[in-house]
Amino acid sequence: MIKSLQARQEPLAKSEAQVAWLENEGGGERFSSKLQDCGLYPLRATGVTVLQVNLGKMCNQVCKHCHVDAGPDRKEIMTKETMQQCLDVLASTDIPVVDLTGGAPEMNPHFRWFVEEISALGRKVMVRCNLTIILANPKYHDLPEFFKKHQVEVVSSLPAVTALRTDAQRGKGVFDKSIKALQMLNAVGYGQEGTGLKLNLVYNPSGAFMSGSQEALEKEFKSRLSSRFDIIFNQLYAITNLPVSRFLEFLVESGNYDAYMDGLIEAFNPAAAEGVMCRNTISVGWDGYLYDCDFNQMLDLKVAVKNGVHIKDYNAIALNEREIVLGQHCYGCTAGAGSSCGGQTA
Amino acid sequence: MDKTYYNPDDLKKFGDIAEFQPELAEKFFDYYGSVFKEGALTEREKSLIALAVSHAVQCPYCIDAYTKDSLQKGVDEEQMMEAVHVAAAIRGGASLVHGVQMMNKVKEVTM
Repeated sequence: MIKSLQARQEPLAKSEAQVAWLENEGGGERFSSKLQDCGLYPLRATGVTVLQVNLGKMCNQVCKHCHVDAGPDRKEIMTKETMQQCLDVLASTDIPVVDLTGGAPEMNPHFRWFVEEISALGRKVMVRCNLTIILANPKYHDLPEFFKKHQVEVVSSLPAVTALRTDAQRGKGVFDKSIKALQMLNAVGYGQEGTGLKLNLVYNPSGAFMSGSQEALEKEFKSRLSSRFDIIFNQLYAITNLPVSRFLEFLVESGNYDAYMDGLIEAFNPAAAEGVMCRNTISVGWDGYLYDCDFNQMLDLKVAVKNGVHIKDYNAIALNEREIVLGQHCYGCTAGAGSSCGGQTA
Repeated sequence: MDKTYYNPDDLKKFGDIAEFQPELAEKFFDYYGSVFKEGALTEREKSLIALAVSHAVQCPYCIDAYTKDSLQKGVDEEQMMEAVHVAAAIRGGASLVHGVQMMNKVKEVTM
């Protein structure tokens, strides 16, 4: 298993080094000026309908494209105190959806308590489950039942319907375990019609190329997963890899950085820019700091709100109409049909 | 080697063919765009056909372009290689089937 950039002491492990690379290498029109051309600058939030909470960088996998630089060697996880601060914010606002991510969020010892508390507040919970965690240890085997009990929407990555492509991106043996975990989720009712238990898959390209049509990929995945493994799911979200952390390192090391960025810039779509998810999302870091999105979180670009960059100082009025912090990486969300944690946006 | 007949950067300049003959280029690119849209065949199927044909006509630009395009459309390595084998089988078969012509001629002119 490979190690995180941080454990390998790679220069790009540091967020400042990544930002410097993105802003200075490769050239290309500034993202902000591109937005100016289509009348979207400054880009402002339109409210907050999703609180995306990163429960930590600890993970049982070390995916080559991970923008979090997560892995077993990362120990940063959210404390119960910070989770309580998130709950306090939820109680004082009407944010309807909480999107739990990581790392593997389930590895946080307070994960189940947090899900129960969010459910008790009547908010919808989504969990970004890497699938293999369900099989990683007997204590996780009942996760499908737990998710079902709290009507958690499960969103899981699967870059291909073959072991070769999947394991190349996510680690040896991940494909077979993912298939088994999907079957376990199906067995308790996930993805099955009439149960209301949503199982959505995420397709991230496993290399320096963009995703094709989400609709066509979903059709292909549904057909092949069903015929080969008897697996069903609800929707497939095609998500573009952003040049952040390990994916940035891959692009640089493989000599694909310039061509990939040129491709993203060339495919800039104003309609996708209008629908970017940062406009209705707040991303909470494992230490409680607030960001416009999970990518800005990894680049340590905090929200542009004076005296309100931590969950304990959550200022709903200011955050609802804040100006989004932009960078060259933002081209990843505005290329082609657009990209967000919920798939295409345009 | 400093210079080769094929330069990967030239692929990006494909549209420049309009510089010398805009009207025909426009017609070609319109047609090209329409061909690859989803129809009775999916865009994915068309991409795989294009990949196979790229190998049959041995066009390095096309091989680069349709390898990437196939990947984007979720085609995996095994499927791509099978498409190349289809091209190879047709190319090989096209040579071999002419063996019948050779045999016909042999039979015509020999005792």
